Amino acid sequence: MAVLLIAEHNNKELKPFTLNAVTAASQIDPEVHAVIIGKDCEEGAKALSQLPLVKKVIHVEAAHYENFVAENFAPVIVKLADNYSHIVCSANTFGKNLMPRIAAALDTSQISDIIKVISPDTFLRPIYAGNAFATVKSKDAKKCVTIRPTSFDPCESTGGSASIEKAEAGEEFMHTKFIKREEIKSDRPELGTARVVISGGRGMQNGDNFKLITSIADKLNAAIGASRAAVDAGYISNDHQVGQTGKVVVPDLYIAVGISGAIQHLAGMKESKIIVAINKDGEAPIFSVADYGLEADLFEALPQFLEELNKLNTIQK
Amino acid sequence: MKILVAVKRVIDYNVQVRVKEDNTGVVTDNVKMSTNPPDDNAIEEAVKIKEAGKATEVIAVSIGEEKAQETVRKALAVGADKGILVKVDGVLEPLAVSKLLQKIVEKEKPDLVFMGKQAIDDDCNQTGQMLSALLNWPQATFASKIEIKDKKLEVTREIDEGLETIEINIPAIVTCDLRLNEPRYASLPNIMKAKKKPIEQLNASDLGVDTSPRIDQIKVEEPPKRKAGIKVSSVAELVQKLKNEAKVI
Repeated sequence: MAVLLIAEHNNKELKPFTLNAVTAASQIDPEVHAVIIGKDCEEGAKALSQLPLVKKVIHVEAAHYENFVAENFAPVIVKLADNYSHIVCSANTFGKNLMPRIAAALDTSQISDIIKVISPDTFLRPIYAGNAFATVKSKDAKKCVTIRPTSFDPCESTGGSASIEKAEAGEEFMHTKFIKREEIKSDRPELGTARVVISGGRGMQNGDNFKLITSIADKLNAAIGASRAAVDAGYISNDHQVGQTGKVVVPDLYIAVGISGAIQHLAGMKESKIIVAINKDGEAPIFSVADYGLEADLFEALPQFLEELNKLNTIQK
Repeated sequence: MKILVAVKRVIDYNVQVRVKEDNTGVVTDNVKMSTNPPDDNAIEEAVKIKEAGKATEVIAVSIGEEKAQETVRKALAVGADKGILVKVDGVLEPLAVSKLLQKIVEKEKPDLVFMGKQAIDDDCNQTGQMLSALLNWPQATFASKIEIKDKKLEVTREIDEGLETIEINIPAIVTCDLRLNEPRYASLPNIMKAKKKPIEQLNASDLGVDTSPRIDQIKVEEPPKRKAGIKVSSVAELVQKLKNEAKVI
């Protein structure tokens, strides 16, 4: 038996986290087959075939796969599932939306958001927003697993030459119609993959003050994040939210400014390599996870921070 | 139109969860329990739709131990018309919950089923999608805006790339994001009134669903602790540390 990896893509290219999911799949079983479902997604199929860890690519094309509607995708995977012991996908909104539909159709109890493969049937996954880690063992014959992409390294992207097989498309599900997608465009690195993230919280006091964060982000080529409190207060749009209900980020450097460190925020950033906290409340919980804490008024500290950064002439891009 | 809303009783989101010393789970004795937060958004949305004259009945259903009745009662206090409690003791996986909900849907014949996008205890994010698959109904997950248009719903979904809008035919399943609305608090008179509203009690076995777990939880542990950091006294010191010690800038 082999592992079937569901590729995430945008019909032009693979989404970066597909590479992390391939790594996770290969740790379950080295026989990894990858399926790509879409409209005019040959380039994505080719890119998959070049991943050395992928042994076979299954390419499914139809116009109704253009917008990744789970109701259309799930039957395709269910039909392929006979040949596989595991179905694997990233636990981002694409995989979260799709995998349970597959698992229910296969009468399998899904294991969500794993952070480690212990054995082919045993996995480690965070529960309670990362406040506890559960080791779980699936007793189902066929296992549906979603993986937390930031917990696995991306696989090599070149050097492979897997065969690409076409598989037959399924019927269109007529009760769900895609209308539009509004992607947030930015010149900055994407929050989920940025090397540096600087986030503001309720301490920023208003949206205008986020300029202080923006200028430092420009200097460090950082993505801009925010706490749920800052988003709820309307200081910044919700696609910037880091936390259990926002994005989980694992940058090399995470700078939390005016963020107290609610459990739900910590769940989204505490795996970062280096954490800096700037907060005037020395008792704020954020300091308990910070490698470097600065107890200071952010309105004084941020301009100084920018000035110090300007003094350094070796900022990496 | 009839709306069924599934609500789950979980450890309150403000409680610092602690792992049991024997590593069999987390401490739940004498811990404050509440409705799973996005389930509150699901109830709120259903009640708002009813208040706008677009629904005739809102039914709240919870599945779990006897005490889950409190969660159903809370839903009644903010505007649900009747409650259902499906009693099950022990571990319940989303697959079993969705099978039980399927039975309730077949019995109550709602036009819409709402629930939170994810429960904050097991963080599975599965039940709505599984129910939708079992019923072969359309699904709108992570909903931050719902508009009813005759026999269709237009739903805005929170996705990684931004926002997505889809149109789904009724009957349908919607899983709710925290951004969907601002849940109301129950007023005292409404809490009193809710005590008189009916709650039907059922057992999982009455519904003919096998709820036995398919996953063994081998152990539950504390996550690895970060090693204690240091406090720096100035911005200059911070920048020096980041450059020379951590080497991240």
